[in-house]
Parts: sequence; C-alpha cells; structure tokens
Amino acid sequence: MKEEQIVGKSVPRKEGRDKVTGAARYIDDMTMPGMLYGATVRSQIPRGVIKKISFDSRFNWAEFVAVTAKDIPGKNCIALIGDDQPCLADGVVNHPEEPILLLAHQNPHVLRKAVDAVSIEYEPLPAVFTMEDSERCSQIIWGADNTFKTFLIAKGDIESVWEKADYIVEGEYTTGAQEQLYIENNGVIAAFDADQGITIWGSLQCPYYVHKAMMALLNLPSEKVRVVQAETGGAFGGKEDYPSIIAGHAALLAMKSGRPVKIIYDRMEDMTATTKRHPSRTRHRTAVSKDGKILGGEIEFTIDGGAYATLSSVVLSRGVIHAGGPYYWPCIRIRGKAVATSHPPHGAFRGFGAPQSLFAMERHMDRIAQVVGLSPVEIRRRNFLKFGETTTTDQVIREEIDLGKFLDRALVLSDYHAKKSRFVNENQIGPVKKGMGIAAFLHGAGFTGSGERYLASVVGVEGCADGTIRVLAASTEFGQGTNTVLCQIAAEALKLPYDCIQIAQPDTNQVPNSGPTVASRTAMVVGNLVRSAAIGIRQTLVAGGLHDSYSPEEFQAACQRHVAEHGELRSYARYDPPAGVFWDDQKYSGEAYASFAWAIYIAEVRVDLSTYAATVEDFVALQEVGRVLHPILAKGQIAGGVAQGIGFALYEKVVWQNGRMQNGQMTNYIMPTSADLPSIRVFFEEMGNIHGAYGAKGIGELPMDGPAPAIANAIEDALGTRFDSIPLLPEDIFEAISNSEPSEIR
Amino acid sequence: MISNSERPGQCEISLAVNGEPKTVRVYPMARLLDVLRHELGLTGTKEGCGEGECGSCSVLMNGKLVNSCLVPALQAAGAGLTTIEGLAPGPQLTALQAAFLKCGGAQCGICTPGMILASRQLLDKKPKPTLEEVREGLSGNLCRCTGYMQIFEAVMEAAGGNPE
Amino acid sequence: MRSAPADFTLRAPGTLQQVLALLATEPGTWLPISGGTDVMVQYAAGKLSSRQLVSIWNLTELRGIEVLPDEVKIGAGCTYTELREHDVIAREFPLLANAARWTGGVANQNRGTLGGNIVNASPAADSLPALLAYEAELVLVSVRGERRVPYHGFHTGYKKITMESDELIRVICLARRFSGYLQYSRKVGARNAQAISKVCMAALGRIRNGVVEDVRIALGSVAPVPIRLTDIEQMLKGRRIEPALQGVVKKGVVAAIQPIDDIRSSARYRAAVAGNLVAEFLAQLVDGGTLA
Repeated sequence: MKEEQIVGKSVPRKEGRDKVTGAARYIDDMTMPGMLYGATVRSQIPRGVIKKISFDSRFNWAEFVAVTAKDIPGKNCIALIGDDQPCLADGVVNHPEEPILLLAHQNPHVLRKAVDAVSIEYEPLPAVFTMEDSERCSQIIWGADNTFKTFLIAKGDIESVWEKADYIVEGEYTTGAQEQLYIENNGVIAAFDADQGITIWGSLQCPYYVHKAMMALLNLPSEKVRVVQAETGGAFGGKEDYPSIIAGHAALLAMKSGRPVKIIYDRMEDMTATTKRHPSRTRHRTAVSKDGKILGGEIEFTIDGGAYATLSSVVLSRGVIHAGGPYYWPCIRIRGKAVATSHPPHGAFRGFGAPQSLFAMERHMDRIAQVVGLSPVEIRRRNFLKFGETTTTDQVIREEIDLGKFLDRALVLSDYHAKKSRFVNENQIGPVKKGMGIAAFLHGAGFTGSGERYLASVVGVEGCADGTIRVLAASTEFGQGTNTVLCQIAAEALKLPYDCIQIAQPDTNQVPNSGPTVASRTAMVVGNLVRSAAIGIRQTLVAGGLHDSYSPEEFQAACQRHVAEHGELRSYARYDPPAGVFWDDQKYSGEAYASFAWAIYIAEVRVDLSTYAATVEDFVALQEVGRVLHPILAKGQIAGGVAQGIGFALYEKVVWQNGRMQNGQMTNYIMPTSADLPSIRVFFEEMGNIHGAYGAKGIGELPMDGPAPAIANAIEDALGTRFDSIPLLPEDIFEAISNSEPSEIR
Repeated sequence: MISNSERPGQCEISLAVNGEPKTVRVYPMARLLDVLRHELGLTGTKEGCGEGECGSCSVLMNGKLVNSCLVPALQAAGAGLTTIEGLAPGPQLTALQAAFLKCGGAQCGICTPGMILASRQLLDKKPKPTLEEVREGLSGNLCRCTGYMQIFEAVMEAAGGNPE
Repeated sequence: MRSAPADFTLRAPGTLQQVLALLATEPGTWLPISGGTDVMVQYAAGKLSSRQLVSIWNLTELRGIEVLPDEVKIGAGCTYTELREHDVIAREFPLLANAARWTGGVANQNRGTLGGNIVNASPAADSLPALLAYEAELVLVSVRGERRVPYHGFHTGYKKITMESDELIRVICLARRFSGYLQYSRKVGARNAQAISKVCMAALGRIRNGVVEDVRIALGSVAPVPIRLTDIEQMLKGRRIEPALQGVVKKGVVAAIQPIDDIRSSARYRAAVAGNLVAEFLAQLVDGGTLA
C-alpha cells in the first residue's frame, strides 16, 4: 500500500470539540422566533376504522392548530419505495401508535394535555400479531396475501443433493425486534414561507430522502423544499426513513399555522411509535457430506415488516443475500419473504437483515458440527469461501481471502482452545458454567447489486475564497465519523493538511445528493467520490498553472486566485459503476456487492446457574476491512456495534401486547451499561479494496452480525443446551434447563 | 418557546451556575434540566430519557453528580451547579475533555456532556481509578455508540494511568 | 415530560418543625419529596396523583449518621452515597452498604434516600431486605411527638405502610450486634447496574458448633412487600445444615413467597432464583466464610 500521510491516521474528530464542550447543537437545542410545538395524536388500537374524533370541550381549541389527512396538499403518503404508508391515517388505522391528527401550540405542557383530550372512537378490525398468523392468511391486512415481498435465490441443482447427503441437518432460528435506542430522540423543526417553500431541520440520516418525501406530501417542487441535517445524537438506521414522517408532520403544522413548528418525541413515544429491527424466522435444511462439507441446502428466511411495506423489501434482500454466510454452497435455494403484521412498521437498524440471517447461519453451523461430529472450528474451516469460488448469488470471490488463517488468528487472540479445555474441568464444579462460541461472517457494503448505480451519487468539493477546501456531500455525521473520514480523504487526495479541509453541513440547498448515509457506504463509496472530486480541484488548479508538487501555501494561494478570478472553484464527481460488476435483479444473481468485509468473532460467555444469567466475559472481534482509514474511529465503530450485538443477544427484548410495545422506557428496555460489557478487543486485517476509497470497505454494520450467534454458540458450549432464539434472557435459560435435572449448587 | 411573563405559582430561585450567580423565575416543580436549558440557555445538558436512566442530563450540584431531569427547580435553590459549559473556564479544554477527543470517547456526542461530568465526579473521588471503578462510576450513563471502551480509555488517560 | 409544572405546588419550609406543621394542618394533602428519584419519575410519566408537594430534601434534622455504642441511627434523609461512604455502615452493615451500591447509578445514589426507599415502599426496593434482616427500628415523628416502631410489619400490603399521613420517618436505627455473623446479600436484576431487582436478598446467619444459632433471611421482589422467611428461619434454628436440607429449604422458599409475572420477569423464574440464593447463603453459612 502507498505511504499515506492522513488516511490511516487517527486525526481529531472534525466536530469533536463542540461535542466535548456542549457547544454542539442538536434539534432540541434550537428554537426559532414564534415557534410552536407540535404533537401527534395516535391510534390506541392495532387495527380498525375511525368512527369519530372528539375534542374535549374544556379546552379552547381555537388556541391550537390542528391538522388531519384532509390538510395534506399533496399525496397522503410517505414516499419511499412503495407508497402504502399514509402520513396521517385517513379513516383507518393499521397499527398501534399510527399518527392520526396533529396539534400545535406554543406551550408544550398545554399541548401534552391537549393530545390526551382528543378522543377517538374506532370500530376495531381483527389484527394479526405473528408472522405465522400472517402467513396463514386467515385475516388479510395487506395486499392480496399479507406479503410485502418475496425473493428467490437459486444456485445449482438442489434436487440431486438430498440423495447424495450423508446427513441432512435442519434447524429453525428466530430473532426478536430490537430498538435502535439512539440517546437523542427523533426531532425536527419545520418552517414554511410562501416564497422559499418549506425548510426542515432534523435529526436525520438522509436529507434527500426527506426532500423527496416532502415534495410528494406537500406538492412542492424540488427548489421549494430544503432539508438541513442538525447535529444528530445517534441513528443506527432508526433515522433513515422515519424522519420523513416526523418532518411531514412538522411541515404540515408549519404550513397551516404559518409559524415554525418543532416536534420532539419523548422516550416513550419514540420507542413505541417508531421503527425497530425486523423480527425474523429462518429455517435451514442442509445436505452435508460425512467429512463435513456443505453439499447444498434450502433456507427459508421470513421477516415481520409491521403494518406497511416501507423498507422491508430491502431488508429482506440483504437478509437473503447474506443468509448463506461466508461459506461455499455448491447449490442452494434461499426463499425470502416479508410479511405484514399489525405492528408499527419495522425499519432499518444496523445490519439491515444480515444480523438476522447470519444469526441463523452461524447457529446452524454449530448444529451441523454436532451432527457430523466435528468441532465448530473444523466445520467452518472446511466450508469457508476461497478465491475463485462463488457465493450463493454466483458472485466470484476475486480477492485472495484466507478465512482459515483469520480463524487461526482469532483462536489465538481469544485463547480459545486453552479456555475450552479449562472450562470442561471448571464447569464440573459450582453454578458457574463457561463456554466459547465462534461466529464467522461477511458483510457486503454499499447498496445491493444495481443499487449504487441507481443512486447515481454525486459529491462536490469546493475551493473557498480563503483557500480552504470544503466537501459538499449529503452524507451525514451521527457519530460514525463521516465528517472526519471525508475530510481526511480530501486532505489526502490534495496532499493538504487535514485542518485545511472543512465539510458543509448537509443542506439540500448546498450539497448534491451523495445518497443516503446507510449500508456502510459512506467511507467506501462516497469517500471515493470525494477523492475524485478533490482530484478534480487539483486538476483545475494545475491546469491554471499550479505546479504538481505544490506546498499547502502555494495551493491555498492558487485557490484564492482562482476564486477571485472565476467566482467559484468547484468539482463534482458522480458515481461510476465499476466495470465487471453485474447484477441480475430478476434472477437475483451475480455481483451483489462490490466487495465484502470478512470477520471472525469469538465470545467467552459465563452462565451463572443460580441466576440463569449469561454475561459476556471476553470478546474478540477480528475483521478484514480492506483498509483502516482512521484507527480510533474504526475501533470505535466495531466496539459500539459489538455492544449493540450483545444487547441484541442477551438484554434487549421488546415486550409486545396487541401490537404495542409495553416496555417503552429505558427502565424496562434494557441496554447494556458500562458495568455489563466485557473488554471488547478489536483487531483488523487489511487486504485492500479496489472499489473503495484508499482501499476501504464499509464497516459500520459489520460488527452487528457476529456477536449474537457467537454468544448463543458459547452458551450452548457452556450448558450443553441449545438456544435458537434471541433475545435470550435469564428467564429463557431457566425455562429451558429447569425441565432437566436441577443442578446442585455445590 | 414558553414566554417569561409573570405567572402565578412561579417563584424566584437563586443559584450559582458555573460560578455565576443566577436568578430565575420558574415553577418550583420545573425540572432543573429545563431551567438550565430554557431559562439559562445552557443547552449542553441533554434530555435522553426523562426518567433518570440514561444520565445525559447529569450535572454537578454542590459537587455531586445528579440527574437534572429528576431535580425540581426549588431544590436547586442556593446550590452551586456545574454544567458541561462550565467545565472549561476558558477556551482551553480540560484534560478530561482533551482525553475524550483523543481517545474517541465521543461519537454522536449526545451522552458526552453527562459522561464527562460523571467522569469528573469519578476522578474527583478517585484520582487513580481502576478499570472496575471506572465501569462502576459511569454505570449510570448510557452510551449507545461507543460500547464504552474508548470512554474508559479516555478516563484512564485523563487520570494519567493506562487502561488494563 | 408528561406533567405540567404549572399544575403543581412545591414548598420547602426549611425546618422539620415547619414541614410537620404543614403535614398536620392538611393531612393527606402534601406529599413529602426528598431526593425525588421515585417521585420525579412518576411526575415525568404523568402519573403523580399528588399535586402538592413539600420538600424534605436537605433538612438537617433528617441528615447524618449517629454512631452510638449499641446502635447506629441513620437519618432518613441520608443518601445512598452517604451510606456507602460511611465507615461503620460499610464495616458492620454491609447488607445495607451493598444495597446502596446497587441502587441506580452514582447520580441516583447522590439523591435517593433511605427514608424515601422505605416510604415509597416498592416491593423491589433494594435496601428493604437489609433493614428486615437487621431488624431495624424506625423513629417516626409528627407534631404529636415521636414514636419508635419495629421496621418489621411496617409494610402491610403493596405500597401500604403503617404511618400516619402527618408523620415522617426521622431516623432508622440498627443495633450493632452482628459481628460474628455471616452477612450475605445479592441482587438479581436485568443488568449489573441501573436495574430494578427481579429478586433481592439480604441474610444473616451465625453457626456455633456446626448448628444454626441465629438466621435471618429477607427477600424483596417476591411478594407485595419485602418479607422475612420466618418459617424457614424457624426450621433452621438449632439444626445442622446438611445437603439433604437443600431440597426442603428450596420448597419452603417457594411456599413462602408470592412472586408475580410482570414486565420484568416471571413468577417461576423469581421462585427458582430465590430458592437458589437461599441455598447459596446456606452453603456459605456452612463454610463460615463471608460474602458481602
């Protein structure tokens, strides 16, 4: 690899100083003159017809601004992929907490009471609460058959494989909903002006998603919609599509009232009304040879999309493509299905389908190991994908990946073998049982298949009048380091000091559409565009007389001169699909992703049988990520993702009743504290990536895929009891083992 | 924005905030969090949950860490408060803030003010904490982004030790 | 925030006598609020029925820990942090010091008070089993004077206490007679910090010549009130602890408690864990070691 000065170093976080001094301004830190607060009246039932809306006469409703579906100037929908989700329920509700009516008032306390003073009478309709009920179709709640989307991945001749198999291994694996739990609740401010149009400031990931949704909802042309991202306190996918809803609500109130409107959710509203990770059910049936080679198999992957389609088709897509794990399948059938239930729609959460299907795959590998009589290490080693082999979608692996070697390294780092032998002895005595578990996986970054081509992302780089450089991208910072990494890349490309580079606030009036900040694409795909656009700036200045080996001062002077002479200095780069990357949307086959990151995670788990509680004692996260652009940011992403994965496995349970989340408070929805997590030990391998900026692959979501199956595998190792469903709480462990002989405490 | 016009039931409360005397006219049951953010314009203290679980609203009251979302304004009368804005008296960052920056202790930043104040409290009581003591001292401050690892490093760095 | 501050009154008279006078003139009207770590949560959720509150935070008469030769008197306004940091409490009453350490995080420990924990009377309250095990006594105070009552029996039902509406707890008294006892406490929650307990246990025991001389076993979160397992204690007194006893004890624990299914956990789980914790305590008692 080339000798880089800035990329590969842990430069200071671009907006870090503001964050450690309290100067960073999030939505709720902002006010505007004349601003009203907005709130949402929501459905209290899972499904039904709205018969009557009454307003308690003790309130002076003239003080309030009220908005219903009738006030929507454009189309009453949240434009995303399909258009089935209304912005405001119009006559029917399809899930608890569905927005029906909006209110605005200048006093947020009075507003709160007013929300409770609106009574809604419904004629309830039967609702559907499980995937199985939805599949049975005894009640149709969406479309013709409750099915949002299906996919079929077919590779090879599956029928022949069953007779050849020495073993046929089956298993069913389920994962529950998970709340993103960003510490900053959803919030927006909207302001409307007849000339300028609508302006939205929001805690959000994708300004242009909101822009598109507002155009359709408000019937406004592109130039009359402006969306600005404010400092955002965590997102993880939970602010990918949801902000279009809250923005639409604030915009409608702003348009009707003629005043700026702020809507901020409190924790309970955010938890109960917004999106969660799709619950999943995966069924595996695998043909295996007696020496432990996968011959082929069938995977049925089903996710619960909630009441409207929203992003379910894309989550399903990623889930099915990752369902086969990092293994060679000579043939496979993967059937994916997203079904409707009467829950608030599920949405994006880091990993986006892959954590669900990879949980199943990695649990299943341990099952296959047991049936065949091999160790979890060996079964994986014998089936890892290699250079030149094809994935489940017939994508050829074009990098010299040696997962066996990574596995070896992870085993050493985690002291796997020594611990396993020790545990066999230690587990004989006392209530504490320890185990080790492995998860091997891959994660394709960027949009699937032709997705990036369709996005056609554009990035700009600007030379400013003062000679500094400004990156113009719609990519948002919400903790993962967008600002820092994109500035690093620009600095590297221009051979300028990092401090000379700024990045514009994502404002659709100021920056081109570099695509949504999702799918772990920012460093890899958008970073590459930043690099190209930055080189464009250099080329312009060099063409104007700047010599090739300029000093930063010379560059600055040339830039100032150019701007003085020409008025501006801008360079744009548009995404150019790499040659030789082909994806067939119909057959769902080909190059699903430009590159994959690879990982081996190993968990050491301790189960205390006096309390049935499992805790992670040590965690090794080893991943190959192409190129580590910023060591501290990269480690921080992995550690944070692992922490969320541990929560997904052992702590975070959404308690549902009649489609509504019952534990919508931080007291009762349990995420790990600093006292609960082990040392998360992060290690990298770097093999480069011709498709990513400076060789980077996307890493934001990767760490979400491995912890849960590694932990479940470790718990089985510790207890000898199989757990195929997460979250796995002490109560679940208790129920599973209390049916067998009660263990002596001594 | 709630206007500051006279309202029956409100009272005048005097307190010291970041070394400066302040008097506010608020309802006695207004939350200290809201007094800081709205009355005093100190928006560095954040609301994450409103129920005393996440610690984003933590401030130092008479030198002791408290969740300001659970303190009624009247009970802060006469108290000396330190918020994140008051940690660094001038433009120079404190060692703790610098360590958070250096070690990656802040990602999205929303938990950071509370986390830094909790770290300040910890280091005031235990200038050379063990990793276990750091874990315990910060266990009332939730961070969703970092997995806590780099926060521990930052605290140990500020304490002058090395994380185990 | 689901309450409007304008709808509430909070007074801070500043002395205990003034607070008591207010409680006496309008009994049942004024809700005392100390550190507020329970009351303010209800308030924020829009679930606080009392609209008039009187602050007892920082009243000097309710603060401080007085150490006498035979007993320790803990002011009801003592915070969990003060309990944790007090030398005699940490040494002689580790069950209480541990409970203080396990309640919430540092910020909540700096505000939550022992008196508040008792009066809020949640069956899941962390410090109550310790008070039962230590056979604490409470001094209640009103304009009519003081009375001293055993803590045992203070809770008569779910969130019901035998205290007049014009009374406050002034001090909690603990007799200094537990050196030589094994002291065992354990809290089981959904995570290691900031967790409402699913099962919470505090126990004391003393063995002489292999025979149980005295034993107290208290549990929280397994009944509408925190309880002492008096039947089991009676059974154990004067006996040797043998492996065969384990099964009997576990059955006895299950019989003595009334755990429920709720949003946090299940009755079956709580019953099983309670049995396990009692067994763990007895195993330690046999060994004679101490688990703080």
